[in-house]
Amino acid sequence: MQRFINDPDLVVEDTVKGFVKAHADIVRLGDNPRVIIARDTPIAGKVGVVTGGGSGHEPAFIGYAGKNMLDAVAVGELFSSPTAKSFYDAIKASHAGKGVVVLYGNYAGDNMNVKMATKLAAKDGIDVLTVVANDDVCSAPPEEREKRRGVAGEIFMWKVGGAKAATGASLEEVRATAQKAIDNCRSIGVGLGPCTLPAVGHPNFQIEAGTMEVGIGHHGEPGVRVEPLKTADAVAKDMVKIVLDDHNLPEGTEVAVLVSGLGATPLNELYILHDTIESEIAARGLKIAKTWIGNYFTSLEMVGATLTVMALDDDLKTLLDVETRCTMVL
Amino acid sequence: MQTFDNAASGAIVLAMAERIIENRAYLSEIDGKIGDGDHGVNMAKGFGMAADRLRDANVSLAQSMDTLGTLLMSEIGGSMGPLYGVMFTEFAEVLEGAETIDAARYSKMLHAGLAGIQAIGSAKVGDKTLLDTLVPAIDAFDAALAQGKSFSDALGLLVAAAEAGRDSTINLVAKIGRASRLGDRSLGVLDAGATSCAIILKELSVGASGHLKATG
Repeated sequence: MQRFINDPDLVVEDTVKGFVKAHADIVRLGDNPRVIIARDTPIAGKVGVVTGGGSGHEPAFIGYAGKNMLDAVAVGELFSSPTAKSFYDAIKASHAGKGVVVLYGNYAGDNMNVKMATKLAAKDGIDVLTVVANDDVCSAPPEEREKRRGVAGEIFMWKVGGAKAATGASLEEVRATAQKAIDNCRSIGVGLGPCTLPAVGHPNFQIEAGTMEVGIGHHGEPGVRVEPLKTADAVAKDMVKIVLDDHNLPEGTEVAVLVSGLGATPLNELYILHDTIESEIAARGLKIAKTWIGNYFTSLEMVGATLTVMALDDDLKTLLDVETRCTMVL
Repeated sequence: MQTFDNAASGAIVLAMAERIIENRAYLSEIDGKIGDGDHGVNMAKGFGMAADRLRDANVSLAQSMDTLGTLLMSEIGGSMGPLYGVMFTEFAEVLEGAETIDAARYSKMLHAGLAGIQAIGSAKVGDKTLLDTLVPAIDAFDAALAQGKSFSDALGLLVAAAEAGRDSTINLVAKIGRASRLGDRSLGVLDAGATSCAIILKELSVGASGHLKATG
C-alpha cells in the first residue's frame, strides 16, 4: 500500500484540516472538528440543509458544503457513519429558525445516528425532517426499494434540496422536493479493482484480474454479478440497461446524467464510457438536459465508475440550474 | 448469596478494553469478509479512548460503563458506536447507586442494555447481528437463575450461550446492515458484531465471577 498518510488512524482528522485550510472562503469548522459548515450558515429565512456520511468518498460529502447547497456536513470515519453528536451539531449549526432537513444515504449506521440526532434536536425545539437516498438499483430488487443504498444520486438530492431551500421554501417543501429528486434517480456502479482502508492495510474485497463486478456498492458491497471485463462500450450499454430498465421512463423524458469515477479510474475513461452512455440513452428516446462527468463521489482508490440518471421535470430542471458555490461545482 | 462490589470492579471495563484492542485485527478481518473491514479498528479506537480515561481513574463499574458508553456514542459513529454506546449507558444506569451487584441486578442490567439496542436498531434474533449473541446469553442467565443455580454458575452458562450464539451466526444469512446486501453470500462467516459482543459479555462475566463474594 503506497499512500500519502501520516497515521492510519488520523486520516480523517488530517483530511479535514487540509480541506478547511484550502477552502476557507467557502467553509469553516465549528466547535466540533467533525462538522464542516458553509461559511455564511446559518442563513436567516432559510431551511437548513444537512448531510453526513463516512469519509473516503471525497469530494462527497464535504465538497458539497457551500452556498445554495449544503449548510453543514457531519464527517464520519472512513466508510463509517458520523456520530449522532456530529449529525446533531450539524443540525444545530444550520438551524436559522425554519427547521433543518437531513438528506442522507440509506445505511444502517447513518439511519441510527440521524435518528438519535433528530431526537436531540427535538429537545432543543428544532424541527427536523429527513430524506433517505436509495438510488442504487443493484442493492435490492424494485419491490424492496426501501432497502436500497444511497449512492451518487445523493448529489442530485443535495443540489435540488439546497437550491429549493435557497428560494425560502418551507421545511416541508424542501423535504418534498429533495424526496422527489431522489425518487427520480437511479444509479449503478461497476468495479474493476478494490480499495483499502489505510488502518486495515489490505483490500477488504477482491476483484480478480480480467473480471469486473457489476452493481458494486460504494464500500465494495458485492454486486449482482462478476463477469469477464468487457469493452467500455459493452460496460456502458450494461450500465444504461440496468438503470433504465429499473427506471421505466416514458419516451421524451428529459434526464440529467452523472458519471462519476470511484477514485482510481482516469477521467478519460469516464469520457470513453460516456460516449456510449449518451448514445444508449438517446436511443431509448430520452433527452439529456445536463451532464456531469468527473470524480464526484468516490470510494477511496477503487477502480470503477457509477452512472446516475435523474428524470427531470420543469421544477427539477430549474433547481439544477441554480448556481452553487462549493468546492465541487455542480 | 453471591454478589460483587460495584466500586471495586471498575477494572473489568479496562480488561474488556484490552481484549477488544487485542482483537482489533481479528475483528476487522471477519468484518472484511462480509462488511467493510473496519469493525476492529473502530472498536479498538473507542475502547482504547475509554481505557485511557479510566486507567488511573479508579472509578466504579457503573461509572466505567458510563464513560465507555458515552465515549462510544459521542466519538465512534458507524453502527457500533450508537449500539454499544446505548448498551453500556443503559448497563450503567441500572448499576448506578448500587453498592453490591447481585444476580437479579445483573439480569436487570442485561435486559436494560438489550432494550436500549432494540429502541434504536431494527434487528431481530436470527438476522446475523450482535443480538444473536446477546439474546441467548441473557436467556441462559435467566434460565440458570430460575433453576436455582448460583450467580457464578449462571455467569458461566451466560458465557457459553454467548459463544454458541456467536457461532450460530456462521449459518445465518445477514438480514440487516452492510452484510445484508450479500444475501446467501453472507453464509459461512461469523458476524463481526456478534463476535465482539461475545468478547464483551465474556470479559464482563468472567470479571464479575472473579469479584464474587458470598454474602448474607
